[in-house]
Amino acid sequence: MRREGLLNLVLALLLLALPFAAQMLGEPFYVTLATRMAILALAAVGLNLALGFGGLVSFGHAAFFGIGGYAAGILASHAFNAEPLLGLPGTDQMPVIWLVAALVCALVALPIGAISLRTSGVYFIMITLAFAQMVYYFAVSWPAYGGEDGLSITVRNGFPGLNTANPLSFFLVCYAVLMAALVLMWRIRDSRFGAALQAARQNDTRVAAIGIRPYHIRLAAFVISAVVTGIAGALFADLNRFVSPSMMSWQMSGELIVLIILGGTGRLFGPVAGAILYVLLEFALGGLTERWQFFLGFILLGVVLFARGGIIGVLAGKARHG
Amino acid sequence: MADPILDIRDLSKSFGGLKATDGVSLDLRAGEIHALIGPNGAGKTTLIHQISGGLRPDAGSIRFLGQDVLGLGVAARARLGLGRTFQISSLALEFSALRNVMLAVQGRQGSSFRFFANVMADTSLTEPAMAALDRVGLAGRAAVPAAELSHGERRQLEIAIALALGSRALLLDEPMAGMGQEGSRALTRLLDALRAEAPILLVEHDMDAVFALADRISVLVYGRIVASGAVEDIRNNPDVRQAYLGASA
Amino acid sequence: MQTALIVEQLLNGLQFGVMLFLMAAGLTLIFGVMGLINLAHGSFYMVGAFACAAVAAATGSFWLGLAASLVAAAAAGALIEVTVIRRLYGRDHLDQVLATFALILILSESVRWLFGDFPLYLNIPPQLGGAVALPGGVQYPVYRLAIIAAGLLVGVALYALIARTRLGMRIRAGESDREMIGALGVDISTLYTIVFALGAALAGLAGAMVGALQSVQVGMGEPVLILAFVVIVIGGIGSIKGAFVGALLVGVTDTLGRILLPQLLAAAIGPAQAAGIGAALASMSIYIVMALILAFRPKGLYSAQG
Repeated sequence: MRREGLLNLVLALLLLALPFAAQMLGEPFYVTLATRMAILALAAVGLNLALGFGGLVSFGHAAFFGIGGYAAGILASHAFNAEPLLGLPGTDQMPVIWLVAALVCALVALPIGAISLRTSGVYFIMITLAFAQMVYYFAVSWPAYGGEDGLSITVRNGFPGLNTANPLSFFLVCYAVLMAALVLMWRIRDSRFGAALQAARQNDTRVAAIGIRPYHIRLAAFVISAVVTGIAGALFADLNRFVSPSMMSWQMSGELIVLIILGGTGRLFGPVAGAILYVLLEFALGGLTERWQFFLGFILLGVVLFARGGIIGVLAGKARHG
Repeated sequence: MADPILDIRDLSKSFGGLKATDGVSLDLRAGEIHALIGPNGAGKTTLIHQISGGLRPDAGSIRFLGQDVLGLGVAARARLGLGRTFQISSLALEFSALRNVMLAVQGRQGSSFRFFANVMADTSLTEPAMAALDRVGLAGRAAVPAAELSHGERRQLEIAIALALGSRALLLDEPMAGMGQEGSRALTRLLDALRAEAPILLVEHDMDAVFALADRISVLVYGRIVASGAVEDIRNNPDVRQAYLGASA
Repeated sequence: MQTALIVEQLLNGLQFGVMLFLMAAGLTLIFGVMGLINLAHGSFYMVGAFACAAVAAATGSFWLGLAASLVAAAAAGALIEVTVIRRLYGRDHLDQVLATFALILILSESVRWLFGDFPLYLNIPPQLGGAVALPGGVQYPVYRLAIIAAGLLVGVALYALIARTRLGMRIRAGESDREMIGALGVDISTLYTIVFALGAALAGLAGAMVGALQSVQVGMGEPVLILAFVVIVIGGIGSIKGAFVGALLVGVTDTLGRILLPQLLAAAIGPAQAAGIGAALASMSIYIVMALILAFRPKGLYSAQG
């Protein structure tokens, strides 16, 4: 437990130090890289609640990532063009955008979760995938916000008191949201709700037999998980100043799962470790060869077959539950 | 005489043409251990399933603490205080013994939608859980993951969970199965002490444990109770010797 | 005119459904027998299409290409089963998802390495060119009818294989009880390799046949794979019959939805808005059907496993 705590601290500081070091070395591109790590980590932190703690292998979380992205893009475009949306003005303020992204993700995740959680195992994997495809094709064929071509965000949305156009300031916003999400997950993991969720993963008949209904616990976890991933999506859209259906593609869902397994499934900082390594790999391999995904495939295969438990598992040993 | 805690009348259940439970009447009174014995395939587990709520009988009645529980499921009966341990150990294996019991306390309190407070700092969970572990002699192993407990310790943990659920009566399905001699003796001592707290309906193959513990014994053969009475009566009943004890007695 | 359109679209739906069935049959068999969720199944579809296009281009014969697609996909399947998939049977679904996701990356990049970034084109064989007149005055391409016939034929052959042959008996034994086939003295690992290669070959065949209708390119397998997942979830995982019914249902719903929904909406709310909403709804229609079916039957229509 202590070793994992120490490792978590190192990871948090490493990610924080990276953009400052980049700034000093006059390599502003690395600030963007670190921001990308923080945002992907946040998205995977969300998924990890369902997948890692709850054992719910959602292969459709890209839908929520994309919905968050579209919340940012659509609100910003309405604000930019001064067109009201459903009678309300758009906004270019991140806190409002995050709130809207969270609300919309919760509203979409509720019915998807309610239907998907009637099933389990491989059915659950495929159904969440199918629902995400449904959202994806909706975005592709809905012409109002760019359809397949996506939607640009002309000016990065703002945060009160900060200049978000400055890469370092924007990184700090993303980093702060990531840390807030990690604190939330840490509290949830050790709470009554977290206990019921993790126990349901291990043995759901036992949980039912002691009078806790796993379905309700899992549905709540699925919705919270979608909300966190959705907020990450809003930040991702702001990072790229662009949102398109590809944020909702099944590959994106797969990438989020990859981040978690790479880092350590069900470990608090697993998604952070996974995102750091994944973005680094993408960058390093991508610099060496155009065919970097070929090598990435072999690395992932090696992790599944030989390094179970991911980075955190290898470095900090097995998880202990109080 | 006081009403029985658990009162089963004329229970029947068939699977296809096979009568797995055939007009069984049985009761469990305060402070006693009532052993249910019978050869393999006699329908003991089927009967326990019907009592605990996992299987619906075709006919008959089950009253628990004076209430008809036939329409209630497993979880609802557990909440009323009808505690069952499983034949195959079914714990949350990654959790420590303590957290397994805490979960049961949580289930009993009916408050799982709390997201922020750390359970380990919640004395309304830890104290009753520790007390239950202490009752079964597992307090010293509270922090050990269930996966690392011995077979016997898992049985003890199952019973601690049943106690933590506030069980007013226990249904134990072959608790001695797979235990060594030492483990069986320890569990026998534990059950002996527990009967004052909650009467026990005990399904068991281990005759030494049955004869050491039971106040009454009922013998189930092909779904019917063929004999029921005090230990000495059963031990000396020629029909029972014929039908069940046979060579072993 | 309207009936002719509907007949034509029904046939298109049937052709699409039959092709989905070839994909779904392999997936559902592999899951039923080995308990494996295989994301890389779409890669065999791609391998089949590329093999067919390359061999057809080199030899000038579509038919040699078709044979090559079966061989290439089956060989790729067998090779991957022996080297990687075999280690995943006892693992949980999450590990299987990640490992087969990695296989997609490897296979896609390998194909790109071999054939470059540009799509290949595959011509319809001359014997099957042209169109026939159907009752109702529809001119319908012979090649698409041939795909429907080929798919139905494979369906029947697969049914006969599983119901009537020794291999089929072993497959059925493997589905109901993995220990039993060991007791029967069947070499399980060979059986698994055969089943996996068979599934891959079916996917390769589908890829080759569709390759003549679309361009042959990297990434062509995954959209079909996801639809095949929808099919087997609707049909009930492990059930060939379910895969067949599900595939036709998905094929016809998708094709008719794309034509009829915008028209119906245009009649209801006017053409201007209907175009967008109709297209969006149509692209979601099969997922809506799936959600409806699962809401009532969480294990699909013909669940093979309890």
